[in-house]
Parts: sequence; C-alpha cells; structure tokens
Amino acid sequence: MSDVELPVAVEALRRVREDPHRLGHRGHGREGPVPGAGHADTGPANKRIVVGYGFWIFLLSDIVMFSCFFAAFAVQRHATAGGPGIRDLVELPRVALETGALLLSSYTCGLSFAATNARNKLWTQVFLLATGLLGLAFVLMELQEFVSLAARGITPQRSGFLTAFFGLVGLHGLHVSVAGLWLATMMAQVQLKGFRREIIHRLICFNLFWHALDIVWIGIFTIVYLMGSAA
Amino acid sequence: MFGKLNWSAIPFDQPIPLITSLVLVVIILGALALVTVKGWWPYLWREWITSVDHKRIGVMYILLGVVMLIRGFADAIMMRSQQALAINAPGYLPPEHYNQIFSAHGTIMIFFAAMPLVIGFMNFVTPLQLGVRDVAFPTLNSVSFWLTATGALLVNVSLFVGEFSRVGWLPYPPLSEAAYSPGVGVDYYLWAVQISGIGTLMTGINFVTTVLKMRCPGMTYFRMPMFCWTTLAASLLIVAVFPILTATLAMLSLDRFFGWHYFTNTAGGNPMMFVNLIWAWGHPEVYILVLPAFGIFSEVFSTFSGKPLFGYRSMVAATLFICIVAMMTWLHHFFTMGAGPAVNTAFGISTSIIAVGTGVKIYNWIFTMYGGRVRFSVPMLWSLGFIFTFVIGGMTGVLLAIPPADFLVHNSMFLVAHFHNVIVGGVVFALFAGLDYWFPKAFGFRLHEGWGRASFWFAFFGFWITFTPLYILGLQGMTRRLQHISVEQWRPLLDVSLVGVGVLIVGAACQVTMLVVSILKRDELRDVTGDPWDGRSLEWATPSPAPFFNYAVMPNVEGEEAYWDIKQRAIETQQLTPEPSYEPIEMPVNSPVGFYTAVFATITGFSLIWQIWWLAALGLIAAFAGFVVFAWRDVHELHVPVEEVARVDRARRAARAALIERLASQGALP
Repeated sequence: MSDVELPVAVEALRRVREDPHRLGHRGHGREGPVPGAGHADTGPANKRIVVGYGFWIFLLSDIVMFSCFFAAFAVQRHATAGGPGIRDLVELPRVALETGALLLSSYTCGLSFAATNARNKLWTQVFLLATGLLGLAFVLMELQEFVSLAARGITPQRSGFLTAFFGLVGLHGLHVSVAGLWLATMMAQVQLKGFRREIIHRLICFNLFWHALDIVWIGIFTIVYLMGSAA
Repeated sequence: MFGKLNWSAIPFDQPIPLITSLVLVVIILGALALVTVKGWWPYLWREWITSVDHKRIGVMYILLGVVMLIRGFADAIMMRSQQALAINAPGYLPPEHYNQIFSAHGTIMIFFAAMPLVIGFMNFVTPLQLGVRDVAFPTLNSVSFWLTATGALLVNVSLFVGEFSRVGWLPYPPLSEAAYSPGVGVDYYLWAVQISGIGTLMTGINFVTTVLKMRCPGMTYFRMPMFCWTTLAASLLIVAVFPILTATLAMLSLDRFFGWHYFTNTAGGNPMMFVNLIWAWGHPEVYILVLPAFGIFSEVFSTFSGKPLFGYRSMVAATLFICIVAMMTWLHHFFTMGAGPAVNTAFGISTSIIAVGTGVKIYNWIFTMYGGRVRFSVPMLWSLGFIFTFVIGGMTGVLLAIPPADFLVHNSMFLVAHFHNVIVGGVVFALFAGLDYWFPKAFGFRLHEGWGRASFWFAFFGFWITFTPLYILGLQGMTRRLQHISVEQWRPLLDVSLVGVGVLIVGAACQVTMLVVSILKRDELRDVTGDPWDGRSLEWATPSPAPFFNYAVMPNVEGEEAYWDIKQRAIETQQLTPEPSYEPIEMPVNSPVGFYTAVFATITGFSLIWQIWWLAALGLIAAFAGFVVFAWRDVHELHVPVEEVARVDRARRAARAALIERLASQGALP
C-alpha cells in the first residue's frame, strides 16, 4: 500500500489512522495505557511525545512570567502620578486591527500545520509566510502605537502605570518578534531539509508557541484595552 | 565605547579584593597552563565540556557547587571575624566592603552553591533510578549547566572588575534602584542571577518531563524511589516560580537601566510589589532546595537500615503537600511590613501547617530505622545529624511563624541562626550524605571512611558552636548584617561563634583530606560489584562507575524496590537471570552548544552590566546564530554497537556471579 502514491487527503487520513497514540482521538480511561506515550508502566515515551510535553511545560512557565506582568499592571493601574491614565492611551480601532491580524495569523498557522500533516511543502511554506507577515503587521502596528504615544510624552518613565502598561504590552510584542525569528528559521529548515522527524517536532512546538501568544494577547486585549476603554 | 567600564573599576586601592583576585587569577592561569602542558584539553573537551551525559553534567554541577561553597564559606569566615573584631573597634572591613560580603555570601550560597549541588544530584541520580539512559532533553541539560556556570563566573568577576551588590542577597528596592545604588554591584547581581535562573528553569522543565515521561518499563509512579518523587516536586516548583524570579529581576533591570517605575518610591512605583514578587519565588525556592535533600535522606535511611522506607505513600503525599503549600506562605518573610492582622494570621497558619508535612517525614525516617539493622556509615551519620539539627531549626521556624513573636525577632541574629539551622542542617548535610553515598557510582571507588567521620563530627559540632550563640544574640536584640557592634556584652558570644567557625574550617579541611586520601587509596576502596552499600534502587544494578549508557538492557521493574527484588531473587536461586539478548543502543551525541551559549551569555551579561550596548547586541546575535547552527545538525544520535553493550554487561554479570559464588562458599546464602 505504501509504495502507491495516494492523494494528499487520503495520505493524511492514513497517517491519522496509523498514529499509534491517536492523540486527541481517544476516550479518557476507557482503554489501557498506550505504549510509547509514557503512560503507567509502558516504558519511556517516544521522542514526539517527550518534545511536545516538554514544550507544554515551558509554555506554562512562560505564562507564569506573563502573569507577573499582568499582576504588576493590576497593582499599578491607578498609579498614574498625575500623568495620563488608561483612557488617554486606548485607541480601539488600531487595537482591533492588531487583534484581527494576530487572530488571523493563528488561523494561517493552523492551516500551515494541516499542510505539514499532509506533507505538502508548498502550502506549509505559503501559510507560514502568511503567518509571519501577519505577525510582522501586528508588531509594526504596536511599534507605531508606542512611537505615537512617545511623541505625546507618554513614556514608561512618566509613571508606574505607564511602566506597567509598556512592560506588559512590550513583553508580548517581544515574544511575537522572537517567534518571528523562529518562524523564519523554520521556513528555511523546511525548505532545505524537508519534513524530517525533528523538523516536524519543531513545527509542532512553534505552532503551540504561536497559539499561546495569541491567547496571551486575548488577555491583554481584554484586560488592558477593552477594560481600559470602558474605565 | 565601553559603557561605564574604565580603569577605575579595578580595585587598586583595596588590598583585600585585589590580592584575592590576583591569587585567583594565578590559580586559574596555573590550572589552564597545567591542562595545556599535560595535553588534557581534547579529553576535557570530548568527555566533559561538550558532554550531554546526565552523569557527567551532574558531576560538573556538583564540582561547581563545591567550589562556590568554599567561596561562600570564605565570605562567612570574613563576616564572623569582622563581627568579633568590630566591637567598639573598626574591625578590618570597611562598611561598603562588608556589605558586599554579606550580599555575596547569601547570593553565592543559595544560587551558586546549594542550587548547583541539588541540581547536580538530580542530574546524576534521577535517570539512573528511573532505569533510563538519559534525561528528556540531554543537550538542553548541558545548556542549563553552562548558563549556571556563567552566572557563577559573573559573580566572581565582580570581585576584580567593579563591585558586587551591597544591598543583601535579595535586592530590595528602593535601595537597589539606580538612585540609591548607582554602581554596577546590583547589575552584577541581576544579570548573574538572571542568566543562571534561566538555566535552572530549563532544568525544571527537563526534569518534570523526564520523571513524567521517561521511566523504564514497569516503573509506575508508586514504584519510583523517593528521590525521584522529590526531584519531581522540586522541578514542578522550579517551573512554577522561577519565571517569577525572571520577571521580577527583569522589572528591576528596566527600572535601573531606563528609569522605569516598577519599584521606585517615586512616580507611582511600588517597592512592596517587589517584596511580594521576590518572596513568591523565594519561599518555594527553599523547598526546591530542601525537597531533593529529603529525597537523599530517604534513600540513605532506607539503605542503611536495611528496610524499605517506612510509610512510602505518606512520604509521597507529604512531598506533594509541601510542594503545593510552599506557594502559600511567602508573606511570612515580611510580617512586619504592614499587611495587617488578618493577612498575617492567615500566613502564620499556613506556615505552621507546612511544618506538618515535614513532621510526617521526620517520623517516617525514624520508623524506617526502627527494627532495622542500622549501619552507622558516613551517609547515615550525616542523616542522623540532620534529624537532630533540622528538628530544632524547624521548631525555631514555627516560632517565627507566629506573627507577634516574629515582630520581636525579625531581622535579628535569631533569624540568621534559624535559616542556617534549616539550610545547613537540612540541605548541606544532605549534600554531604549524598556525596558519600553516590561517589562510588560516579567514580568507582568509595570515599575514605575515617576522614568522612571526622568531617561529620567537626561540621556537626562546628555548626552548633557557631549558631547557638547567634540564637541567644538575636534574643538579646542584635540585628543582622552589623558591620560595627557597640554592645560590649555581646563579645563573649561572638567569640564563641568565631571559635565555631574555626571548628567548621577543620571540618572542611577533613573533607578535602578525605577526597585526597580517597584518590590516593582508590585501589583499596574500589567498588567492584557496583553495589557498595547493599542498595535497594536501580542505580546499584549498574557497574561503578556507570557506563555512559547506564543500562545495557533497560530494566523491567516488578515491585516497589526494583533492585532489591532482583537481588533477592538472585540470592534465592543462587544464580543470575539468564543473559538477555543485547541490542545496539542509540545515545545522543555530544554537543558544544552548551559551552558556546555560555561564552556568549558571559559576554552579553558582562556588557549589559557595564552598559556596553553594542557588545550585548553582538553577543545576542551570536547566541542566536549558535542555535541556528545547532538546529542544522544532521547527526543526533550515535549507535553503541552490540558488542560493546555485551562486553560491558558481561563484565558486570561476571562480578555479580563471583559475588554470589563467594557468598555461597561462605555459607551466607540460604
């Protein structure tokens, strides 16, 4: 069967069927432990599980770090020292555009992984590129926001509140920028090395990271901007 | 061009740091020259620096920890002698130097002595006990170690270039802000701890994944040795709280570098936010240190009592209980800072409750010995010394957990005595016990028994002579961190404490002698069976020193005490299990990426401290380039041929068979 060329969709189906761990396709507790998944007494998990698992743990730690910056924002929200408050900062149209770009990039990121699952290099690259460009648009819009605020004298040096604002939003922007570097590296790797086992593992991790940043942005969008505009 | 760095950074006018650092530079250059002349570089590079073997990395962590322990001890000697000499007298250390010493002492002991030692044991022991061949992410493990080493290097560079922090081991703002600490001291602290903290975080991620996903067949959670449980609990805590440290230090750096207002006392900054954040990391941190120490004691008590650990499941429960409650007690570090009676009471209660978990453990260890055939070997001595010392330290801790009592003795020498009582008695004693216990597994020979006993007794009595007077001084009102003392009546107790330090020095000298004597007599002390203590967990099933692939054939665990079961079966049947069919083994290849990362982390850290922005940017770019090159590698694994696997395992089996034969001929078998 394997030496016959199958249509892409059938090929993907076959892969799902042959996934020995059937991740996301199993009921809970009804079947016995799966060998290779690191369950119970079945021995060490295989590389795919270990890499994904470790990356999830990293994401949790990263979210703890964000939570500190969220906490600082909550503590210092009213510490404006007589300077501008949250109402003076929020420009909802721009933020809506930023949010749209980032959410769309998560969607294209998911599409890129669907293409990866089908082992389709062209579409993987197209959707990764779209993800990167949308991410770039997000970062540029944020940068422009910061520059225009600075032009109005609204800088982190002005007050504790502005420090917490720029710190939280800036940390997220920094994450997206670093993720963009990672994305560019991954595109080069996919192009030059193809869908090797370890490259697919890295693509899984990249996808997780990108979606996690999206989720953090939902938090920032809600707590900083939406609640700020309603303040 | 060079930021704030210029010639005035070298302390030409201060003889103590200048001479110390010159001596250090001469020693380091001498060591490098020796390695070069002897042609050891290829060996060191191949077998250690680029190694991704968890046992090698563990040994390097422990070596780093021991060196830093000596450095921190030197600081301690200077502090105790300054306080003994500075009673209505100037002493020999000026205030700005004394402040650097107590700051460096705490920073070095926690971050660069205790942490590397604890993580070193986690590295060395956990995969062996789980019956697997490596940790989940071997190369990341190497990067973690080298980042920790980078932090240690930066702290020590501050001795010679610039100055170290003067604001204590935790840089409380607003004192640590640029307005009140304009020098580079706090920046040295921030970047050294930040870089090593990232290494620790990656270690935590690595070991959570290792314990949860990398166990040999049959090794269910409730068959794991206690040390693995404590590794898991400590790693979970690392993942949960080290990001808080990263965030807090980053915020303080932003304040200092760019004039932001997270923790300033002006423009809406909030210094109390720092205190809360740093202790939200800092309190769990002490459990990160002490839980693996408890794991070491559990192994030692059970092995040297010849019994399974008493109350294994309650021990697991107590460990996880501590792991969770550890994150709910942070406020007891600042009862006096205005939280109010309701909050103080809540945290006083949670602090007292966490002692229950520890109490369960203490009883379990005592009942493990009860009815056992106790052997008083060196690891057991440290463990018994621990029970005595730690119980008293714990009780003074419960005393401090009562807010009204804490108001009386907070920030006093009583507090200093308390936390040394638990950290030295709990963590350091465990590390020495572990060193003696697992040394044969790392190097193939035991440590000298007599010198080990001597070092225990000197350390034990030295500790009590040093710190008992500090308890009394604290109750008499002596605050901590005094560079100058104007109460004549405190002199006798300070002198006694200094004598105690002298006894501790003798103890440390005994440890060094033990190491030298053991190396010289290594043929007499050789461990040929791989099981020098009649052990119970899997690490004793491998030869000593363990081969780099740990297990020729992955063990299959069938009960709670994996190796003890195998051994009992061999003794009953008077023969080994039949020879397994060997297969080639895949092991991760060595990688220079950890060392490379350290080089550029050092450059970046140093240039950030001195605000040499272009060099910091270059360092970051180089680090990124290094990761890209690493990601491009094509060879991930090397294959150990089946002949090599069979050769190593047959030698092990021959030694075991000979042992059984010898025992049988002595009539020692049933």
